[in-house]
Amino acid sequence: MSTMTIDERRAQALAEMPPYREPGVFSRGSRWVRSHIIQFCAAGALLFMFIPVFVVVLFSFNLPTGKYNYVWNQFSTSAWVNVWSDTEITNSLTISIEVALISTIVATVLGTLIAFAIGRHNFRGRGGTNLLIFMPMATPEVVMGSSLLTLFVLAQQEGSLGRITITIAHIMFSISFVVVTVKARIAGLDSRLEQAAMDLYADEKTTFAKVTFPLVLPGIVAAAMLAFSLSFDDFVITNFTSGQTVTFPMYIWGAAGRGIPPEANVVGAIMFGLALVVVLVPEIIRGVRKSRA
Amino acid sequence: MSAAPAPGAAANTPADDVARPVGAHKWTPYVLLTPGMLWLGVFFIIPTVMLVKMSLSSGTAFSGDGSFTFSRSDLQWSNYGDAWTKYVIDTPIFQKSLIYALIATALTLVIAYPLAYTIAFKSGRWKNFLLVLVIAPFFTSFLLRTNAWQTILVDSGPVVTFMENIGLLDFLHTVTNIPDSWPSWAQIFPDGITDPNRVLATPLAVIVGLAYNFLPFMTLPLYASLERIDIRFIEAATDLYSSAWTAFRKVTFPLSLPGVVAGTLLTFIPAAGDPVNAQLLGSASDAMMGNAIDAQFKSTGNYPLAAALSALLMAVIVAMVTVYVRRAGTEELV
Amino acid sequence: MSEQTATTAAESSSTGGGADLHIIDVTKRFASFKAVDDLTLTIPAGSFFALLGPSGCGKTTTLRMVAGLEEPSEGRIIIGSEDVTHLKPYKRPVNTVFQSYALFPHLDIFENVAFGLRRSKRKDVRNEVEAMLELVELSTYARRKPTQLSGGQQQRVAVARALINKPEVLLLDEPLGALDLKLRRQMQIELKRIQTDVGITFVHVTHDQEEAMTMADTIAVMNAGGVEQMGAPMELYENPVTTFVANFLGQSNLIKGELTGKSGGDALIQVQGQRMAMPTSRVHSERDEVWVGVRPEKMQISRAGTPTDGENAVTGVVTDASYIGVSTQYLVNLPWGQEVGVFAQNLSTEGPLSAGDSVVLHWNPAHTFALDATQDAEAGAEKVEGDE
Repeated sequence: MSTMTIDERRAQALAEMPPYREPGVFSRGSRWVRSHIIQFCAAGALLFMFIPVFVVVLFSFNLPTGKYNYVWNQFSTSAWVNVWSDTEITNSLTISIEVALISTIVATVLGTLIAFAIGRHNFRGRGGTNLLIFMPMATPEVVMGSSLLTLFVLAQQEGSLGRITITIAHIMFSISFVVVTVKARIAGLDSRLEQAAMDLYADEKTTFAKVTFPLVLPGIVAAAMLAFSLSFDDFVITNFTSGQTVTFPMYIWGAAGRGIPPEANVVGAIMFGLALVVVLVPEIIRGVRKSRA
Repeated sequence: MSAAPAPGAAANTPADDVARPVGAHKWTPYVLLTPGMLWLGVFFIIPTVMLVKMSLSSGTAFSGDGSFTFSRSDLQWSNYGDAWTKYVIDTPIFQKSLIYALIATALTLVIAYPLAYTIAFKSGRWKNFLLVLVIAPFFTSFLLRTNAWQTILVDSGPVVTFMENIGLLDFLHTVTNIPDSWPSWAQIFPDGITDPNRVLATPLAVIVGLAYNFLPFMTLPLYASLERIDIRFIEAATDLYSSAWTAFRKVTFPLSLPGVVAGTLLTFIPAAGDPVNAQLLGSASDAMMGNAIDAQFKSTGNYPLAAALSALLMAVIVAMVTVYVRRAGTEELV
Repeated sequence: MSEQTATTAAESSSTGGGADLHIIDVTKRFASFKAVDDLTLTIPAGSFFALLGPSGCGKTTTLRMVAGLEEPSEGRIIIGSEDVTHLKPYKRPVNTVFQSYALFPHLDIFENVAFGLRRSKRKDVRNEVEAMLELVELSTYARRKPTQLSGGQQQRVAVARALINKPEVLLLDEPLGALDLKLRRQMQIELKRIQTDVGITFVHVTHDQEEAMTMADTIAVMNAGGVEQMGAPMELYENPVTTFVANFLGQSNLIKGELTGKSGGDALIQVQGQRMAMPTSRVHSERDEVWVGVRPEKMQISRAGTPTDGENAVTGVVTDASYIGVSTQYLVNLPWGQEVGVFAQNLSTEGPLSAGDSVVLHWNPAHTFALDATQDAEAGAEKVEGDE
């Protein structure tokens, strides 16, 4: 062995090696499938998530045979044309949007203040504060709804159940989600940025206005969107606190027994489209800007 | 990063505690906290206390003068007794709610994990887009989506026919239909988890609906904790252990545990109290706690009994969560 | 030589910007320990001053106290003739180049650089910023966001953002730590050039001795909250006064010895039975028990038996030889078991010595220094650079 030259040793190694075989199509394919199995499962999960959304949109174009819109009959745009003439839908939608807007504003303000207190300050009673923030997220909605109803009944306010009580309830359960979302953003903030601002002659107020707040703002916007969707979509708690007032989810709930008209699907489809536009358009713009840079 | 602080190097990063902004007053945090905390106090804490008070009162909403009597010397513990008899012993609605929610939570975890994993590690520049997709279904009304399952799972529809043809429905029915041998199981699933010929109006439909509804609540915390894992840990693990599966079991999964705990809680808790899926997708015998509480408030007007039921559900959930969080060893959730 | 530099810099400061910075008896306590312990320093106007030390030595805390981001527990900080000890950061004539830059991610490069000017309501922000961007060669990037720039470009923005305010003192907190080696060398020269141009007092915090030596005209080596030694880079390297400085700046061979007497301007030492000499000015010990120190590159290595007249010498056996091109690094075992390092230039044509060769190590007595033997011979040797 040691008497062989380098070249001879290389030749010998090549001669002793089994011949190289190109892997077959099948074995390559199965290896590819096996190495991407997680992605397949993820795609399946996404499909699971979107099939009902797809059905909702699809059936907004259905012309149901009877009152129930469960079986595909015939393509029609009549629901899209007539959606705003169904007063039950428009009324409930107006109430839902009104409630969602107000509760979003109030919950976002209150929750953001709390998030700043927790994320930026040391104070006594942190543990208790965190617990009180966590509790509404860990309580089933039925329990919160029935508690609020009990409160309103015992306060002899049963007659005034309606938009105000719904809004109160929605603010209550949204606050925690706002706090958690904004707090995460504050925690991710590099404190050196604020120090840099102060180093560059910005006093406390200016530092907050020019650096801290603009940097936390995306978190606040995300929290507001979350609060809006939670409020707009809430059924269980609203069911307990609404009295005679009918929000959009309440309307669907009521209609489920007698058949949900395709017009309701139209509203669902529009909301979905709007949300996608609101969320995706900035994302796409960012992507375009990045690719240009 | 340069000069990652070595042990004892705290002097270089004195801002490791929550830094009080220069110029903030001692009472600033309390000013910030007060309005929100007051709101939670008045509309969360007080109602909870009122609920407990109601559960120990007598009277009904729809008979007599519709008022309730609460007396410290005459606490109506019998409300809890009635709730127990009615919803635990006579009909196992309580157990049923918890079991449905448990199965749905397990199912959600299995579905959400690969999704969260893919978004965290395999999605590249599609990451943000996929995250948007996860929350996108939120924006179509949850009731409409649940209702859509009626269309998807409609009797003799393509999905059900397919499940029938591959023998899945028959298999599930047979495996879960355990007569008498195990009384409590037979009480909860008297005719198996599903019918051999249909899915709608069976426990399976309710469980799938629950799993579907809370999928984003599982996916997002899972993603958040997976994303924090340094991919090099996983690479090092696949380097050290022979199989990818072992690497997952020994490294990835334990590191994602905070997300698993948060996700399972955010799924289990609302699922256990949810009235919508049972109502829209189940049969009358699939009623869960949410439906029972709802019915007692809305139809019977027996507020004290309904309040007792609510308080009972809350107590059981708090107990389960406490034990679970203790065992999982992640105290910090918020 | 470097003293001259300091003088010229100080002279130029009378015409240019910059002010003396005095740190007087400053102590900073955090909950459990003292980060800075009774520190007194004067940094002359117009100098490029480096605070050098391992992480945890208190150098960053010192810098942050000058910036106003920490308040001293005791002592005073004076800039020019103004006591700034308790002044808010935004009221000090000081600007900082932060570690990993802390550029505002939501503002573009122009607005980042303009930030300080806008706060102090300066007129003509536009022209000033443009001129500054010109200086750091980033004019074409004015409308980019910081994340779209490379590390080196971000670094220049950070310098521009601080410098544009014409502070009396510019603080640099590990400014080059995040750059790769090549870029770091380039930026060192760049920063030095800028400092010479503007004549502002630069205070530079770093754990990288080479960086400090390249740029600074005065270095204070810090350890455990205090200054071990202060002086020009050459002075510190050639004549360290503590084992910490001897080990932290470059490497040193420290051999146990005993001062036995004096002869003219020389101190006489007994090392393992051998007599050696060294200038008394290089003895930094009150006691007779000393560490006799020599830098590895000051030692010459020759085959055993080579005459070493007039030089200090010890015999030994080569245990390891690493040829690294510009030099060969040897490990040599001395008769009493101690191992020392020698860096030899590859001047001989016969090739290097190899392991097992018997050798004699010899050096000029004027390259010897003596340190207090009660100090830890390993102090400062383990540099915390593992996670760079």
